[in-house]
Amino acid sequence: MATTLLKGNKAVVIGALYAGSDCYFGYPITPASEVLHEASSLYPKLGRKFLQAESEEASINMCYGAAAAGHRVFTASSGPGISLMQEGISYMAGAELPAVIVDIMRAGPGLGNIGPEQGDYNQVVKGGGHGNYKPIVLAPNSVQEMCDFTMLAFELAFKWRTPTYVLADGVLGQMIEPFTFPEKAITPVIDNKKAVAGTAETRENLVTSIFLNFDQLGKFNDYLQEKYAKIAAEESRVEMQNCDDADVVLVAYGISSRIAKTAMDLARKEGLKVGLFRPITLNPFPVEQAKKLAKHDKMTFISVEMSNGQMADDLRLAIECAKPVKLVNRLGGNLIELDQVMDAIRKAAK
Amino acid sequence: MEEKIIRTQGIYAEFPRKGPSAAPSATHYCPGCGHGIIHKLIAEALADYGLQDRAVVISPVGCAVFAYYYFDAGNIQVAHGRAPAVATGVSRAQDCVVVSYQGDGDLASIGLNETLQAANRGEKIAVFFVNNTVYGMTGGQMAPTTLIGEKTVTCPDGRDPLTQGYPTHMCELISTLKAPVFVERVAVSDIKNIRNARRVIRKAIEIQKEGKGYAFVEILSPCPTNLGKSSVANNEWINTEMVKEFPLGNYRDNTATAEPIVRAKSDFTTESLEKLFDIANIPATIEHKDPNFKESQVKISGFGGQGVLSLGTMLTQAAQAAGKQVTWYPSYGPEQRGGTSNCSVIISEDRIGSPVVYHPDLLVAMNRPSLEKFQNDVKPGGTIMYDAIIGDVKLPEGVRGVAVPAQELAIQAGNPKGANTIMFGVILGLGLTGLPDTAFQSALAASFAKKPKLIPMNLEVLAFAQKWVKENVK
Repeated sequence: MATTLLKGNKAVVIGALYAGSDCYFGYPITPASEVLHEASSLYPKLGRKFLQAESEEASINMCYGAAAAGHRVFTASSGPGISLMQEGISYMAGAELPAVIVDIMRAGPGLGNIGPEQGDYNQVVKGGGHGNYKPIVLAPNSVQEMCDFTMLAFELAFKWRTPTYVLADGVLGQMIEPFTFPEKAITPVIDNKKAVAGTAETRENLVTSIFLNFDQLGKFNDYLQEKYAKIAAEESRVEMQNCDDADVVLVAYGISSRIAKTAMDLARKEGLKVGLFRPITLNPFPVEQAKKLAKHDKMTFISVEMSNGQMADDLRLAIECAKPVKLVNRLGGNLIELDQVMDAIRKAAK
Repeated sequence: MEEKIIRTQGIYAEFPRKGPSAAPSATHYCPGCGHGIIHKLIAEALADYGLQDRAVVISPVGCAVFAYYYFDAGNIQVAHGRAPAVATGVSRAQDCVVVSYQGDGDLASIGLNETLQAANRGEKIAVFFVNNTVYGMTGGQMAPTTLIGEKTVTCPDGRDPLTQGYPTHMCELISTLKAPVFVERVAVSDIKNIRNARRVIRKAIEIQKEGKGYAFVEILSPCPTNLGKSSVANNEWINTEMVKEFPLGNYRDNTATAEPIVRAKSDFTTESLEKLFDIANIPATIEHKDPNFKESQVKISGFGGQGVLSLGTMLTQAAQAAGKQVTWYPSYGPEQRGGTSNCSVIISEDRIGSPVVYHPDLLVAMNRPSLEKFQNDVKPGGTIMYDAIIGDVKLPEGVRGVAVPAQELAIQAGNPKGANTIMFGVILGLGLTGLPDTAFQSALAASFAKKPKLIPMNLEVLAFAQKWVKENVK
């Protein structure tokens, strides 16, 4: 097992390369730019294709083209760039094209700043573009997972033929941690049933998202919703710690989940029954697992997030408001401080 | 007499993609529209050159959104204006012949950036630009190519350049760029023009067959429905009025000198990846469990260029060498240019929570602004190491201060460039991180791995700093 020190933004590129991605199209934006830098250096060394696009609209549409041709496409950006990509991602969902998009979130709205935040939750998890679609969203919380979840994202994107996000933030992108390389690389195969690859086998194929007939589009939408229901049933993932006896559960993803973990450990030392519920998939949200916890006699959920309750809303929906959901957050580019979480825990445990 | 039907090559015999209720062999285009002729010319060229099994035809948004009903080749339908970007993606991913088919609103308005950028990169695509001076599918609005004085539903009094600007000349614009191989404007307004258009379209397809690069063909085409003219009048108008604004002719032809563009073949093997990352030479993971190991939270801060981030990474490497959990997190972006920069390092036995240090056990301050910014955050009983060059300081109570004359010590140690290593050695000498000497030594070796000659010299500096701490710091 080869372990080295690595930056999160490089780990996602390594994950993509091991997952068989051979096309990267991207545009610079802090704090995601190292993904672009690493891709520009590493993809061509393996004969794989890298192109700096003229804009995020162009990069996501280049992804659309290469994905339509059956290839494993990869791009990364941050909030403002993701906003620009939403059109293309909606088209990908409509045309059932797989792609992996990394969002290294920064603080918004507008130009905001380049500090870490989790304010893209809604625009990523809920779809963000026009129409009735939902991408799969994975939320790593370490440099290792930046790589591992990128690989998983490719697997899921192709299994379900849907755009899939790795949703991280400025801290996870910029930080360095020990990292173990994957053991085996994937050699992708073009799916001749779906791709338009300029080959005899794929000449009959069509990639489109237009259905002029209302009934046809209705049917297609029904089919998509069935697919999303299957994804919800089969793919939801969560990491739970100390939840069995807990009467306060911290709910957090990404970098916030690491702060929450520290808080939980501290609270346990104080004798408080605190657990951690960390969604690994934000879509599908781990609804059933959350519902089970809501059945505890005494339970307060605390959503620890660097956004304005965007995830807390999903949590309330998941548990059908059966138990109180408190919010601990911090906006603007600063991380949540441990004291904030501890205060909320102590108040809830009273 | 036997009836003989000559079918157009490259076009489907019937068009089932139109849906079940529509007439199976009629197009969706209006009578007198130019798209049918242009489709036929492109499709025949693809068929004649034997390219249908290699071709990908991209349908835009506009009346030609349904081009995939007709072309007997691989078809991709795309978002408004983005065909050149999609074409780029296809062409980069796959060695094939890519045709991008676009109208005037799509290509010259919403997609102008993608159009010019793809042309400027010399992408291997043939772009067919149908210019009929009007938005068709959306109901006759003004296009970038609408003539001055021409009436549309959004310029009902005629296009006025003072408020709506002038017609956009795409062939002229694209021929200012270096990369395009071929640029020509043609028309399908009469038999003579159609014959010429056929010749030019075939040339653009031939360039793709040979993989030579970007070809752009603008086609002046009738839209009797939205122009409110008869088909005959529309074609006459093209030949008399439109060609004055958009002169027919060749704007670029480098086909004789252009060389085929060859893209690399993707390598997916594990072996190549392992070679790329030099995995054979990465040392195996060390796990060294010590239940008494105390977590250290370190903040290092100074001017950009003072080695703040690299001192942090050296400490990170030392922790990694000792088999500890470790995180390094920098200030990033504009903050690191010009102003002060800082990084957080946490070394622990257990999985680390937040990697950002707000209350350090050890603050290393390389300049006064950093010292003043962070000194009050240091934990009670913590340590502040600062560069002695800062001069007089007033540190908070309950915190130990260590002034390190880093530059002076580096000179004494015989390595004037070694101030950073001095600081590193003082951290070791103070024993604040609980990491062994060997960890610091291997971290130094790792950070000078690319200049191995400097390793022994820096090891000496490290030892010198350790000795200095022993003799000078209480």
